[in-house]
Amino acid sequence: MARKIKMIMAKPGLDGHDRGAKLLARIFAEAGMEVVYTGLRQTPEMIVSAAEQEDADVVGLSSLSGVHNYFFPRVVELMKEKGLDDVLLVGGGGGIIPEEDYDSLKKSGMAAIFGPGTPTTEIVSFIENNVRKR
Amino acid sequence: MSIDYAAQILAGSHRAAARLISWLEDEDERAYGLMAGLYPHTGSAYVVGITGSPGAGKSTLTDKLARVIRKNGLKVGIIAVDPSSPFTGGALLGDRVRMNELTQDPDIFIRSMATRGFLGGMAKSTAEVVKVLDALGKDVIIIETVGVGQDEVDIIGIADTTCVVLVPGLGDAIQSMKAGIMEIADVFAVNKADKQGADQLCGEICARLEIDSHIKERDWTAPVNRTIAVEDIGIEELWLSIESHRKYLFDSGRFYTNRRERTSRETLRMIHAELFRVIREQLEKNGRLDAAVEELMNKKRDPYTLMREIVNEWLSISRHKETS
Repeated sequence: MARKIKMIMAKPGLDGHDRGAKLLARIFAEAGMEVVYTGLRQTPEMIVSAAEQEDADVVGLSSLSGVHNYFFPRVVELMKEKGLDDVLLVGGGGGIIPEEDYDSLKKSGMAAIFGPGTPTTEIVSFIENNVRKR
Repeated sequence: MSIDYAAQILAGSHRAAARLISWLEDEDERAYGLMAGLYPHTGSAYVVGITGSPGAGKSTLTDKLARVIRKNGLKVGIIAVDPSSPFTGGALLGDRVRMNELTQDPDIFIRSMATRGFLGGMAKSTAEVVKVLDALGKDVIIIETVGVGQDEVDIIGIADTTCVVLVPGLGDAIQSMKAGIMEIADVFAVNKADKQGADQLCGEICARLEIDSHIKERDWTAPVNRTIAVEDIGIEELWLSIESHRKYLFDSGRFYTNRRERTSRETLRMIHAELFRVIREQLEKNGRLDAAVEELMNKKRDPYTLMREIVNEWLSISRHKETS
């Protein structure tokens, strides 16, 4: 049985804009990945527990309420605490995450931030090329 | 590689269990040595199957049931199965959405699994994953099957108690008389019991059970529970029904005979799978399969004789080894 890329798609924080996260979950599933969709209003602790139990290779974070500078690095930090430091962390938030935040988010440990207009094929191949070996 | 995953799992490590489950799903060789080590530590968890049609409320019911079980001081493992795409092999696993709050409880372990083309309502390695969660120290393991229709009943081969979840409005009385999923329930849950038609559905199930009792004498009649899972109504009662089925299994000795049958079936299944894997690998590697298919397509050969030929070759290999 060929291994599949397992991904968690989560929305940290309180905003209810899940259309993008749901669309991406479908796109990753269509690309052959097994995508666990956690739904809205996730705390960083919930996301990290889910990643641990699911043995996720990738965690995708979507936030559209402007709290990414807190939530994304906090997820990274908790992942490290649990020793899950080989998990690929990617994030996005439509036009809500300003480009000037990208660098600091990446410095905090996010592998990539995808802004509005990014072709989905680009996100899929980024994941496929950077995901860990198990 | 020096990490002792088996020891970690026995000590309760979620992370080690999660990794072993991935290896089982991938049929990775590394899994089997570990499973051999864990096997003596399995068998004490009680396995509950939750099955029913898509949208019946299985995930929500599982979420609420897990809370009741935790209130009773027991640790819970949850295996939630969702379908893989037959076209892309990918899957959207959405059962965790209903179980978000459980994620925070260190005595609950939830794993989503995709079917990866396996039929019957579960993934191929579900039975193995049950053993992992058992060794991890979970007292009750809930398996939530994919949304099933009429005939995906493999869950009874793994679960000690099978709970069939039905909702009003999906069919007339004839549906409740059919074979398949209606037969496998040890416990019924009529969910969304506040919806129109719930009384009628309960009546139809009871009528079926009543007729069943005339056709064949049984010492267990599945209780019919009304639940409204989203409002957390009827869940304690559902757990009591499951508990009383468990008590019945123990008192009647059925628990032991069921588990014995299961062990026998699983052993045969494992032998079957491994033999098939080995033979297939060889046929594919040496090109013989391709050549044979070509001949079959041209009707130069027939598959019946070919099958016997291949099987006899393998049988003679083992005989040869035995005598030498």
